Amino acid sequence: MNLENRLKSVYNKKIINTSFFKGNQLPVFWLLIAPSVILITAFILYPVFNTLFYSVYKWNGFGPLVDFQGFRNFERIFSDQRFWNALKNSGIIVIFSIVFQLPIAFMLALIISRNNSKGIIVFRTIFFLPFIFSEIITGTIWTFIYHPTNGVLNYFFEVFFPNANYTGLLSSPDTVFGAILFVVFWKYFGFHLIIYVAGMQGIPKEYYEAARIDGAKAHHILRHITLPLMKPALQMSLFFSIIGSIQIFDMVWAMGQGDPVHAGETAVVYLFKFAIKQQKLGLGSAIAIIIFLICLVFNIFYQKVINEEKA
Amino acid sequence: MIQNYKTKQRLINLVQYAICVIFGSIIVVPVVLTALGGFKTLGQLNVDPVGWPNPFLWENYIKIFTESRFFIYFYNSMFIMVFTVILDVLVAGFAGFALSRFKLKGKEIIYNYILLGLLFPLTLAILPIYIQLRDLSLLDKYWGIILPQTAFLLPFHVMIFRGFIRQIPGELEDACLIDGHGKLGFLFKIVFPLSRPAIATVSVLAMVNSWNNYFLPLIVLNSRDKFTLPMGSMDFIGQYLADWNKILAFFTITMIPAILFYIYSQKHIISGLTAGAVKG
Repeated sequence: MNLENRLKSVYNKKIINTSFFKGNQLPVFWLLIAPSVILITAFILYPVFNTLFYSVYKWNGFGPLVDFQGFRNFERIFSDQRFWNALKNSGIIVIFSIVFQLPIAFMLALIISRNNSKGIIVFRTIFFLPFIFSEIITGTIWTFIYHPTNGVLNYFFEVFFPNANYTGLLSSPDTVFGAILFVVFWKYFGFHLIIYVAGMQGIPKEYYEAARIDGAKAHHILRHITLPLMKPALQMSLFFSIIGSIQIFDMVWAMGQGDPVHAGETAVVYLFKFAIKQQKLGLGSAIAIIIFLICLVFNIFYQKVINEEKA
Repeated sequence: MIQNYKTKQRLINLVQYAICVIFGSIIVVPVVLTALGGFKTLGQLNVDPVGWPNPFLWENYIKIFTESRFFIYFYNSMFIMVFTVILDVLVAGFAGFALSRFKLKGKEIIYNYILLGLLFPLTLAILPIYIQLRDLSLLDKYWGIILPQTAFLLPFHVMIFRGFIRQIPGELEDACLIDGHGKLGFLFKIVFPLSRPAIATVSVLAMVNSWNNYFLPLIVLNSRDKFTLPMGSMDFIGQYLADWNKILAFFTITMIPAILFYIYSQKHIISGLTAGAVKG
């Protein structure tokens, strides 16, 4: 018996109450949605909302909010050279990941999805591997590699360039941030690659075949088929890259805690060292709000650019 | 002409393959050197960090199991991870189902409210979360980590589930209703079993996130008996400051569970992401 006949017979026999279909779904809906809404409200939105209040007080986290500061917390932060340096570093990570990390991930994703050589799929597994390591492990492994006297890089220099005076990339303020940037790339490009591969798999093969029959060249296919259809994937990876770059803390912490002379500090490292460790919660909240606003503006701006370019 | 095209194609394939090998070795070499470093004597590691371990030493690895607090850290990380994954999959699955299978005015508003959570990174919201956890007396407790980290995972994971469940054909739902099951019956009998790829994707992302989280435990936990593996790693580094061979061995061991989860479920990650999030 096919579905339609079965439906009819069921209706005719009035076995089930038809009001069941229209019926009262509301309690079930709220039952299902409530845990998410409660958790997100209690642990994200309500606390974040409170940040706004904390940011205009001087407060060590205990007792009532009494010492009203107005915008003085913000003024103090804006006049701190270290804050601007940390912010610059975070900004560089964002720009670096948009300009280098994402395009390289995209290129490698294209290779993996198009190339039909044997074993190419293994690289998908390999590239994603660093994403599953903790930032602490990643940071420490690279501390070992960069180590000035018995690291891997030092060994490399001793063997190939015995005259070069290698002193460790993490111990000089000139090189520490570049060294961190490389590790950020190492750890995260595979995540974006997986998003792109997933996006490319969602594009029907017929489109490519049709284009090829029409005589389209590879770059035409890329521009007119792959890129437009990849828009959701591109937007998602861009979003995570911006949010993720701003968040980076553990890795920098493991690679020398942002030192020497604060040269490797990112915004969150600054927040942690300057505010949390010293229990200056009002000041810390002001820092968080500034970073958050920048992050928001960045996001809106880039989503707009992407939307207009490929619409 | 065709011959020419074929050689050209083969050349392109070869170049592409070479590019993959180069990037692949940048990834693999540090990992392999870490694992091998754990088998070396400190003396050999200092002069020859790249070569094969000689003598091949098991001692560093054995000592971690016998002398360090590895198992305490491991248990704590495991406990937190298991409950995070269960909570995350259930709660996100329920919400994804509700948002894709109920016809209701204002549903989009609730979805957008949930997505709002994506905008606030955990590290930036850490101060008020600390206060909130203190008010709820969740500091220095496992649930003080499980609940907030699940909350921060939810928006993206609801998105994945919603996208995935939306694609389950409506006929299945009708058939299920005819068999006398309600919406909830449909959820447990049909939707959850069919959503295996989405569940796998979400679980792996939750596992990796929970297993590797350092910042939140750093703020929430005080007692060394509750430390998780990433915190334990930092503790271990502090203890064996210059003994890089021990540190590398410790790290190799903590990496293994993550690698196992990943290899076990990697084929689902792509299909889950494809169906759930990337299609928009």
